[in-house]
Amino acid sequence: MRAVVTVIGKDAVGILAKVSTKCAEHNANVVEVTQSVMQELFAMIMLVDITSLSGDFASLSDDLTALGDSMGLKIHTMHEDIFNCMHHI
Amino acid sequence: MINTYDVLETIRMIQEECLDIRTITMGISLLDCIDADISKACEKVYNKITEKAAHLVEVGEQIEKEFGIPIINKRISVTPIAMISAACHCSPVPFAKAMDRAAKAVGVNLIGGYSALVQNGFSAGDKELIESIPEALASTERVCSSVNVGSTKAGINLDACRLMGRIVRECAEKTVDNACFGAAKLVVFCNSVEDNPFMAGAYHGVGMPDCMINVGVSGPGVVRAALTKYPDADITQISDVIKKISYKITRVGQLVGVTASQRLGVPFGIVDLSLAPTPAVGDSVAHILEEIGLESCGTHGTTAALALLNDAVKKGGVMACSRIGGLSGAFIPVSEDAGMIDAAKAGTLSIEKLEAMTAVCSVGLDMIVIPGDTSADTIAAIIADEAAIGMVNTKTTAVRVIPAIGKDVGDELDWGGLFGSGPVMPVRKESPSKFISRGGQIPAPLHSLKN
Repeated sequence: MRAVVTVIGKDAVGILAKVSTKCAEHNANVVEVTQSVMQELFAMIMLVDITSLSGDFASLSDDLTALGDSMGLKIHTMHEDIFNCMHHI
Repeated sequence: MINTYDVLETIRMIQEECLDIRTITMGISLLDCIDADISKACEKVYNKITEKAAHLVEVGEQIEKEFGIPIINKRISVTPIAMISAACHCSPVPFAKAMDRAAKAVGVNLIGGYSALVQNGFSAGDKELIESIPEALASTERVCSSVNVGSTKAGINLDACRLMGRIVRECAEKTVDNACFGAAKLVVFCNSVEDNPFMAGAYHGVGMPDCMINVGVSGPGVVRAALTKYPDADITQISDVIKKISYKITRVGQLVGVTASQRLGVPFGIVDLSLAPTPAVGDSVAHILEEIGLESCGTHGTTAALALLNDAVKKGGVMACSRIGGLSGAFIPVSEDAGMIDAAKAGTLSIEKLEAMTAVCSVGLDMIVIPGDTSADTIAAIIADEAAIGMVNTKTTAVRVIPAIGKDVGDELDWGGLFGSGPVMPVRKESPSKFISRGGQIPAPLHSLKN
């Protein structure tokens, strides 16, 4: 099982480090990362393996959202199925 | 492999364009709760609903969190209560109270099925149930009621139309302190469907399994946002854009439905491919029609634009899910749609135009506030007109009008939340009483020589 973590907001130092640290705390393994900075807007998309999470999905999602709020970023954590179903036949 | 564009598109649809799952509705059969002793029957009803739906809300919230998509409503529909209460030979109001208690116990916001199907006539229990609707809706909070008065195969039961005209008024009169809200929880149908997940008209048909999950999707805001990118496209291209976006919306409905059914251990029924508006900014069906090119919803061209929208939504959605059903189409509830409210206030949108629109889209005259002095016979005639459109066109139509007791054109009723607010819309003053009081059955229509 994998989830997609999306981070959107103003670019700053250490975003990737903090988000991946939080993932590690929950035992979510980062599988793939793509990121881009467009006109100071930072957009990062991480694919993380959530098969052996230390807690439940909701606490990972809530923690990441809270981390985003503290850094002025929008962080969404969503199961990859929603993207697969919507964009692939 | 992550496609950045796809991921950001999905997030934008949810965050900015109000994409949501409108409802997960659990249908529960109450046929095994029948008992001649009404208190025993009500106890069985309460127990069955609370047992089957014990985890409905919890699972719904879990799925919301995992997929990051709001599921606005978790609801329950049950077997039409007239079938259950017939054996009791007394007022079925205690059933409504048992349903209300069960709905509160499991945490769903509405429960539908305080219903009777009388398109061919009244059987035992039907009249008692219909007569009890005003009291049932006034004395409960979450119970919704519906009555089917006609069908393409049966014709229209004019006696039932007449009766319902009076009942709709009584529902409003009994809840006058609550902005006549009783009438907003009552729908009168022609060709009602057994698997509709949307309120207030949901009930669990007798041909259904013991328990099943149906899902209603939404997303008018997403459709409108997609259309803004094509300001100069011709109407064929507009139809294609709507189909594509409708496919995506429906895929999410299918995913949520399948996941919910697996976790609840209940068979998955259908996805209802509906564009259901809310009063929220950016979640309006009227605004889609305006995006297509109408200065205001309700003007000439509205019926054609709506027909295209309704058809494209279905074409896009059909391939996206395993089974479709329910009411599937674009809803046009006036009080629940910011654009419809504005058009009705400005006088561009009239009841007559809405009636024409219902011939080409999902359901019917929905959430329309009418003057408080509208007679029961006039309401009955509005019901009969709408039922005739459904009967002849082999589609579901419905009437949910709210007589604003003590108010007139220029006033409005405000319920807040998803039900919104609506201006009082004028109705014709000339009497249809003689027609309505004739009673009897309008025979089923011919299905050849179609002109």
